[in-house]
Amino acid sequence: MITAFVFYLFAAIVIASAVMVISAKNPVHSVLFLILAFFNAAGLFVLIGAEFIAMILVVVYVGAVAVLFLFVVMMLDIGFARLREGFMQYIPLGGLVGLILLVELVMVGGSWVLSPAIEKGRIFPTPPIDQSTNTHAIGNILYTDYIYLFQGAGLVLLVAMIGAIVLTLRTRDGVKKQNISQQLSRSPEDSVELRDVETGSGV
Amino acid sequence: MLEIGIGHYLTLAAILFTLGIFGIFLNRKNVITILMSIELILLSVNINLVSFSVFLQDLAGQIFAMLVLTVAAAEAAIGLAIIVVYFRNRGNIAVEDANLMKG
Repeated sequence: MITAFVFYLFAAIVIASAVMVISAKNPVHSVLFLILAFFNAAGLFVLIGAEFIAMILVVVYVGAVAVLFLFVVMMLDIGFARLREGFMQYIPLGGLVGLILLVELVMVGGSWVLSPAIEKGRIFPTPPIDQSTNTHAIGNILYTDYIYLFQGAGLVLLVAMIGAIVLTLRTRDGVKKQNISQQLSRSPEDSVELRDVETGSGV
Repeated sequence: MLEIGIGHYLTLAAILFTLGIFGIFLNRKNVITILMSIELILLSVNINLVSFSVFLQDLAGQIFAMLVLTVAAAEAAIGLAIIVVYFRNRGNIAVEDANLMKG
């Protein structure tokens, strides 16, 4: 009973904030509603018993991705009103495609029933909750059976980091910077010059 | 109705996925909102993976949900970096003006 109530509450907030994400006039509001949607999705994950994914969702999305979006939205000086021109014009086509997609997905997903023979097909059965927690169980298979996928995910993040740095790094002209190796390689011969200056006349 | 099964979660994910697609259609000119719609789509995929994982009593789905999360974070970082560079060069981020390559 209480589970159903909490599920419908979280699900309603997720869907409402997703609607606001795609329809808000101000992109800053869109980002904030995106954060709300992710928080409530994390609540759903806690409800269903996947605590680790829920916490990772909050840390990664709210802590990193949403802040990144906020930075970019606030940093770029864009006339967002102009970007909204023709907003209404796309509603019929988008609504049609969305409706067809939704009906198909709900027809497939909403009537899903698990077969009793499914127990034979499990790859990594979830251990009973009194033997190990969700995080413990995930760690047990993530660092052993899925170690290559784990390392691959790390590589993906590394490539993304290098890519973002390479894309946004720029060297500006006319900026004076300290070049330490140039400073250290100077010698007295090429930087100091001694002249005999006659008394009474200038250099 | 009061018994929450896998169908409920799949329906929620389907609605969220559709909203993401709808958002891409609706905000054809605003690439930042398009990126946010993609995040919504990936969230719905994650809900699918985790709910199947829980209802099938199989942990593999949660591992894949984490991988989807990783890719989503990388994609957002790269996408926003491209937007910043594009804005620096062109002065706006209108998707329709992005026709330098005549594609």
